[in-house]
Amino acid sequence: MGYALNFNLIWRHFDKLWGGLLLSLELAVISIAIGIVIGLVLAVWYVSAGRAVRAAIAAYVEFIRNVPLILLVYLVFYGLPTVVDLAYSAQTSFILTLSVYSGAYLVEVFRSGLEAVPRGQLDAGKAIGLTPWQRLVHVRLPTMLRITLPALSNTFISLFKDTSIASVISVPELTYGAQWINFNTFRIVEVYLVTTAMYLFTGYALLFALRLVERRFRAAR
Amino acid sequence: MSTSSNDTPALLDVRNVSKSFGAAQVLRSVSLRVARGEVVTVIGPSGSGKTTLLRCVNFLESYDSGSIRIDGKEVGFRDSGTRQRRSERDLAAMRAETGMVFQSFNLFPHLTAAGNIMLGLRKVRGKSEAEARSIAEHWLGRVGLAHKADSLPAELSGGQQQRVGIARAVAMEPKILLLDEITSALDPELVGEVLAVVRSLAEDGMTMLMVTHEMAFARDASSRIVFMADGGVSAVGPPKEILAAETTNERLRTFLARFRASHF
Repeated sequence: MGYALNFNLIWRHFDKLWGGLLLSLELAVISIAIGIVIGLVLAVWYVSAGRAVRAAIAAYVEFIRNVPLILLVYLVFYGLPTVVDLAYSAQTSFILTLSVYSGAYLVEVFRSGLEAVPRGQLDAGKAIGLTPWQRLVHVRLPTMLRITLPALSNTFISLFKDTSIASVISVPELTYGAQWINFNTFRIVEVYLVTTAMYLFTGYALLFALRLVERRFRAAR
Repeated sequence: MSTSSNDTPALLDVRNVSKSFGAAQVLRSVSLRVARGEVVTVIGPSGSGKTTLLRCVNFLESYDSGSIRIDGKEVGFRDSGTRQRRSERDLAAMRAETGMVFQSFNLFPHLTAAGNIMLGLRKVRGKSEAEARSIAEHWLGRVGLAHKADSLPAELSGGQQQRVGIARAVAMEPKILLLDEITSALDPELVGEVLAVVRSLAEDGMTMLMVTHEMAFARDASSRIVFMADGGVSAVGPPKEILAAETTNERLRTFLARFRASHF
């Protein structure tokens, strides 16, 4: 073990990591927000739609879930602009990809949550005279949320980690910052130790925040 | 047989309602009238269609033929002739006129006891937050749960949850209250507190149609008892007549004998 750890060079370039982490979070938050909209709309549509719509939504989910994210990132960033006349930055391209990607996973989470809402609760909503829309908003979605929150937290953490893939198209997020420091300082062990710690810490912070939300939702409104 | 409800206009008028689930016919031309202020109890062996009948009255279940009217208005269809289903908005408005209490309580788990009662008052009746809250508190007081207004269903016992369920239904001031085996899921020691609430509502003149296995309660609280067997009405009459051991109705006698054997 002749390798002596030296973190000095890492701290000198720490702005690359810090800025990268902030961008990672930004990518995750925007993509997940769009993914939630996609997931909710499609899940609600799925549980109330006919066979054709269900098949189309299922095909979208299956496609996304069986193709590696990195391939989707390449396809959207390099492939799509050559087919259609579109110009977008790497960052926009990645947000678009991760949104569609997270949407597919969230459809599944929301759909199973919606289907897990006990029928008795929907009956109770009907019995007091709520319209279908009111039953969805005031009975089905709140219960679905409570059922899915743990699975949702896991999906969010996982999607946050997936932002590291943006580095392959040079989006300067955390992993890209780590690669940059590695190429320029060759302190490979130090930079990845620090980066790992940053992912770990942020992941735990997110999980903690999400657990607080879970507890809040369990408490009275 | 009671003739009283045949002369006065019935609040609930069920005529020749039939329904099948696939090949199984669960309701066979059921007719039943409930007058205002009457408490009618439906008894019968499991699988005799009691719950299905109740669920047809507020159109949680559709039916294949016949007609169900509340206060003269056809419940699920625009009119009984064309059998054109009402719009969802109409159905919701019709259902707001009937209250229902379920065997499994079915409280909204994310809302407090007061919140459960307030939801319909706010969204269906359009009451203000403060008004809904005060109505909710009034009814929680009536069912003996004033101190539990801000408790979540998960924090309440089965008997307490069911009393909230009753409060949620009656707070809407329904024309008729449907009670579907509301004590069947309760531990025996909690049954009494729930039945006491139902009894006090009956004394207030609330019209009720209930399915129950509590024979003693049915005998004491109802104006008439309907005995259902194989999806049809097999006997109707005042409790004394129906629950008499010497009834000539063969099926009823068997049912009562079995019931007594298993409960005493």
